[in-house]
Amino acid sequence: MNHQRRRALRAGGGLGLYALLVAAGLISPELAQAAQKRAGFDAHTLDAALSALGAGKPAASSDIELNVPDLNENGAAVRLGIVSRLPKTEQVAILIEKNPSPLAAIFTIPEGTLVDLQTEVKVSESCPIHVLVKASGRFYSVRKDVQVTIGGCG
Amino acid sequence: MTNPTRIRATVRDGITEVRARLSHVMETGMRKNAAGVLIPAHFITDLAVSHNDRVVLSAQFGPSVSANPYVVFKFRGGAPGERIRVTWTDNLGESRSDEVAIA
Repeated sequence: MNHQRRRALRAGGGLGLYALLVAAGLISPELAQAAQKRAGFDAHTLDAALSALGAGKPAASSDIELNVPDLNENGAAVRLGIVSRLPKTEQVAILIEKNPSPLAAIFTIPEGTLVDLQTEVKVSESCPIHVLVKASGRFYSVRKDVQVTIGGCG
Repeated sequence: MTNPTRIRATVRDGITEVRARLSHVMETGMRKNAAGVLIPAHFITDLAVSHNDRVVLSAQFGPSVSANPYVVFKFRGGAPGERIRVTWTDNLGESRSDEVAIA
């Protein structure tokens, strides 16, 4: 394993770093692009994930619906239903506040696709689940506290 | 070795609903096996669903998505017999693509 490269990757994480690594020939441009495209997935806190997504402090919105049972026996598969009535919804992200990697998924919504989604996520311990919606270039969010009896990451 | 994605697509009143169950371990990289050795991360990173070669939903996944990921969504359009294709790629470079006709 190339330890120098690992350290370099861990130390930085900003856009400039990847450009530097490409210039130094340590990683290919394709790999750098892939890493940038996955912004937010390596964050270990909710705030870090939000800022990596460029969302900062999203506005709470009543036009987003997050349907999830309050109490879930099995944290390994918690079913979520997401509906957004915000016009021009482009992106929907799911964040589980106390998971080791809070950002679970980012859905990209093309024109003609309805924001009426269902999926299943792991919830490691009882905590809020956040849904972040990017609509007309702005970020909105909704949160719901979810309890799990058996954590879903162990 | 990958297993087929189970897909169901039905059109009603001009709106197609797609239900997909992907077959994947979605290993986080933080679990240990019985011998106490970490099980390496192995999870789907990218998903794309297309209707007649037009992408109707794409997604990036992290390891917090459940094993055998489940996705349901709707899009405007679609007619019986047209094709819905679900393609995924994981962090180890494996990928799979499956297709179904809209019912």
